[in-house]
Amino acid sequence: MIDLKISNEPLHIQSCVDWVMADASGGIDVFIGTVRNITKGKKVVRLEFEAYESMALSEMGKIAEEVKTKWPVNKILIHHRVGILKVGEVPVVIAVSAAHRNAAFDACRYTIDTLKQTVPIWKKEVFEDGEEWVAAHP
Amino acid sequence: MTINILAFGIVKEMVGNVSIGLPVNDIISAVDMRAELEQQFPRLKELKSFMIAVNGNYATPDTVIHAGDEVAIIPPVSGG
Repeated sequence: MIDLKISNEPLHIQSCVDWVMADASGGIDVFIGTVRNITKGKKVVRLEFEAYESMALSEMGKIAEEVKTKWPVNKILIHHRVGILKVGEVPVVIAVSAAHRNAAFDACRYTIDTLKQTVPIWKKEVFEDGEEWVAAHP
Repeated sequence: MTINILAFGIVKEMVGNVSIGLPVNDIISAVDMRAELEQQFPRLKELKSFMIAVNGNYATPDTVIHAGDEVAIIPPVSGG
């Protein structure tokens, strides 16, 4: 089972964990992304996330399908928040359950690593003295 | 024909619009579209890179774009 969501409301971590539980699963791995307070020595005021929503959901779906062919996972959840997030807030939750922990660990890591490469979501860092779209310029 | 092109993130800020009308002949390849975009919007060359998406899928250079396709300029992604 696959659960994908893009939302401009706060993510519910416990609900994500509850959803990914499965009788056939012996282990759950969860990745939670959080907004960090400093980038390259500069204090972050907020992050702004924007998504090409239809394509982002499609690419998230491709990652989930790929994960299911590579590892014996039971459930995979990918939730991403968009809009303005402050330090300490949660832009992304990935949760995977599998019969055994190795698959859960590996699948979860692969999911976030691949999301960061392929899913059309962008974040802008806002500092006290300026703002910058992450990774946009050489 | 005119193709409306969706712009996101830094590209939306550079170009100033959510969609761009681009007059072209009947069909255009993604690689030719890229050249056309860079010519019309030289600021795109300031980016580390950009991808083109057609109907929600990343294009390869020889992907063919037709009138009515949903085309997007995808600057370097930074989700997660």
